[in-house]
Amino acid sequence: MRIASVDAEAEAVGLRIGMPLADARAQIGELSVVSFDPVLDQDWLDRLAQGCARYSPLVALDAPDGLILDIAGAEHLYGGEAELVRDVEMRLARLGMTLRHALGPTADAARALARYQTRPAPDEGQAIRRLPVAALELESEATTALVRAGLKTIGDLASRPMANIAARFGADAAMALRRLLGDAPSPLDPRIALPPVVAERRFAEPLGSTAHATKILAELVGEAIEELGGRGKGGRHFRATFFRSDGLARSIAIETGHPTRDVGLVMRLFAERMDSLADPLDPGFGFDMIRLAVPRLEALGATQLKLEGGAVRAANEGAAMNELADRLTTRLGRGRVRRLRPADTHIPEQAQLELPAADAPPPLPWAAPESGEPPTRPFHLFDPPQPIEVIAEVPDGPPHHFRWRRATHAVRRYEGPERIAAEWWRRRDNGGLTRDYYRVEDAQGRRFWLFRHGLYDEKPDPRWYIHGVFA
Amino acid sequence: MRESSPILAGLRKRIARLAANGGFESRRAEGWLASGHARFDAAIGGGLAVGRTHEFFAADALDATSAAAFAALIALRTPGKAPLIWLRTSDAGKRTGHIYAPGIAELGGDPDRLLLVETADPKMLLACANDAIRCAGSAAVIVESWGKFPLFDLTAGRRLALGARDAGTTLLMLRLNAAPAPSVAETRWSVAAAASHALEANAPGAPAFDLELLRWRGGAAPARWRLDWNHDEKAFGPNAGNAALSGALLPLPARRAMASHGAAAA
Repeated sequence: MRIASVDAEAEAVGLRIGMPLADARAQIGELSVVSFDPVLDQDWLDRLAQGCARYSPLVALDAPDGLILDIAGAEHLYGGEAELVRDVEMRLARLGMTLRHALGPTADAARALARYQTRPAPDEGQAIRRLPVAALELESEATTALVRAGLKTIGDLASRPMANIAARFGADAAMALRRLLGDAPSPLDPRIALPPVVAERRFAEPLGSTAHATKILAELVGEAIEELGGRGKGGRHFRATFFRSDGLARSIAIETGHPTRDVGLVMRLFAERMDSLADPLDPGFGFDMIRLAVPRLEALGATQLKLEGGAVRAANEGAAMNELADRLTTRLGRGRVRRLRPADTHIPEQAQLELPAADAPPPLPWAAPESGEPPTRPFHLFDPPQPIEVIAEVPDGPPHHFRWRRATHAVRRYEGPERIAAEWWRRRDNGGLTRDYYRVEDAQGRRFWLFRHGLYDEKPDPRWYIHGVFA
Repeated sequence: MRESSPILAGLRKRIARLAANGGFESRRAEGWLASGHARFDAAIGGGLAVGRTHEFFAADALDATSAAAFAALIALRTPGKAPLIWLRTSDAGKRTGHIYAPGIAELGGDPDRLLLVETADPKMLLACANDAIRCAGSAAVIVESWGKFPLFDLTAGRRLALGARDAGTTLLMLRLNAAPAPSVAETRWSVAAAASHALEANAPGAPAFDLELLRWRGGAAPARWRLDWNHDEKAFGPNAGNAALSGALLPLPARRAMASHGAAAA
C-alpha cells in the first residue's frame, strides 16, 4: 500500500506521495491513515462546488481537487476580489480544508497559477510568464524535452515563434500555451443542476398559435407525469419555457401546495397563470421548441384508479381545498395566499408568521387559552403599532383617556401593565425599550391593546401606541 | 309578432323551470352555523343557514373588529378541521389590523384552519370569492370589504348566493364602514362592541357583542341581542353584565366633557 495524498503537516515531517505505507509507519509512529476513496473525494468536491454557488452561479469542477469559479461581475458583492477570497478561505478553513487559490484573466490561467506558481510576481502577466513549463500539463516526455532545450518557463516559451513550438513539441503544446496566455479561448464547463425531469419538443415548422402550443404543453405534461409516476414522485413546481424562433424565450411557472400527478390540475393551473399574465404569451414568428421542466419533486404514492372509469379517485377530502389554494396562489402570487404559523418569541408582532400556503410547514400547536380568563392578545394587530396621545393620571400609571384616529376614547376599565421586555439577547446593542401593555375598554365597550414604549427610567418622555383591537 | 311567439313561449317555459328549482328561499337549508346560545339560535330558526349568504355590517368603523370576530367565531365554532377562507384586500391590514392568530387561539379558535387570501383590489376580491364559494368543504368563506362596494351589486350578490347554494358553502360578507343596503342575503346584521362584564379590579371581561338583526328572509326582524363569547365552551352566551351596561348609557354631558378633554390633549 502506498500513500496517495498527504497534508501539509505530513509533508513537513518528510512523507511523500507514492511512499510505501510501511515505510511511513516506520518513520512516524502515530500516523493517522484514511483509505483512499476517489468516489468519496469526488462527492466531497461536488458538495464544495454546490456550496461555492453562493459566490457565482458559474462553478466548474477541476477534478480531483480543484474548483474554478467565474467571479466576473460578482466580486463587488463581497467588496472586491481580496475580500471574496478571504471569505472563501474562512469558510473552507471551517471545514478543515487548506485552500490554494489564484485569480487569473482566464480559467486556464487561474488554474495554472493556483497549481504551479512558486515565485511572486508584480502582475498577472508576469506571473504567468514566470510559471514553469510543467504548467502546460503536457506529456512528461514533452515537458522533459522543453526543459532540456533550455525553455524552463512559460515566458521563455512565449518568446519563441509559435510555429516552431508546434513543429517540435506538437500542436497540443502550442494550443496549451496560447490558452495560458489568453490568446485562445479557455471555456469553462460549469456545473449547473439540471431539473430532475424534463420533457421537450422541437418543431421543424414553428407553431404560430398559442392554443396549439398549449395543446403541446399538455402532451409534455402527460409525458413528464408518466415519468414521475414511474419514480413514485409527484411534482410541486412545473416550469414551461416557450422558445421563439427569433431567439427569445418565455418561461411560465406554476407551483402546487402538494405533490401532484394530475395532468388536468397542472394544465388548469397553467391556464390560470396564462390568463393572469400582464403581457400575454406572444408567439411572434412562432415557437420552435417547448420545454417542460419539473425542478421540484416529492414522494407521492401510487393512486388507485376508479373501477368504472380511468379517472383517479380523489386522494383525500381536502383535495378540492388544496386545488383552490393552488389556483388562487397561481392567480394572485405566492405571498397572497397564506397560512398562519406560531413563532417562538414573546414580541407580539413577531409571534405569528404569515407563510405562503404553498410551502407552509405542518401546523404547530398554538398556546391554549387560559380557562375562565378573557383573551390577553387582540383579534386584530397593527403592525407597525399606531401612535396615540394618552393622558394618564400618574406618569407610569394606566391611561385615563387616549386619542386615536381623531377620536377620543375614555378608558372605563383596564388591566395591566403586562410588561414585555425587548429581546436584548438578539440585539447588538443589548438594548431596546421595555413595553408596558394595557388592556383597556372605552365607554362604548370597545377593547383596545395599548402600550407605553419605554419605562420612565429608560426614556424621559415615552410614547404611547395602540397595538391591537380585541373582539 | 307571430314569429316571436315561439321565442316568448320558450322564455316562459325557461322562467317556469327556473322558478321550479328555486330561488334561494325555496330549498331548505342543509344545516346551521349555530351560536350555541339556545334562545338566540331558536329565534332565527336554528342559526345562520348553511349554503346561504349572511351580511355583517360593523355599526361603526371602530366596530370592525367586533364584526370580524363574530363572523370568524361563529364559523370556527363548527367542529372538525374544515378551513375558513378569509378574503380581504391588501390594504385591510393597515386599516383594520392584521388578523392575529395568537388572539384567535386565545378565543378558542384554531388558527390553523384559516386560509388568508389577499387581493390587490375589490374586483379581484369578488372574482376570488366566486372561486372560493364554489369549492365545497370549507367551514365558511368570509369576504371582507371596506366602505361602499359598488361592484357587489344585486347581480354579483345573486351570483355568489347561487354559487354558495350549489356548493353548500356559507358566505359571510363582512361589510366594514358601509351602510346596509338591499341585497340577496339571507340575514343581515349590524354588529357593535358591547361593554364587557368587568372582572375583579375593574379589568375588561370576556368579549361582548351587540347584535342587531336588520333583516331575515325567514321571519321577523329587526331584533337585538347582547351576547358574550365563552371561549371555554366555545359558545356564545347571554350577556353576563347586564347590570354593568352603564358604559353604553352614559349621560351626554359626560361624553362632551371627554371630547373637550381630548381636544385639549390634541
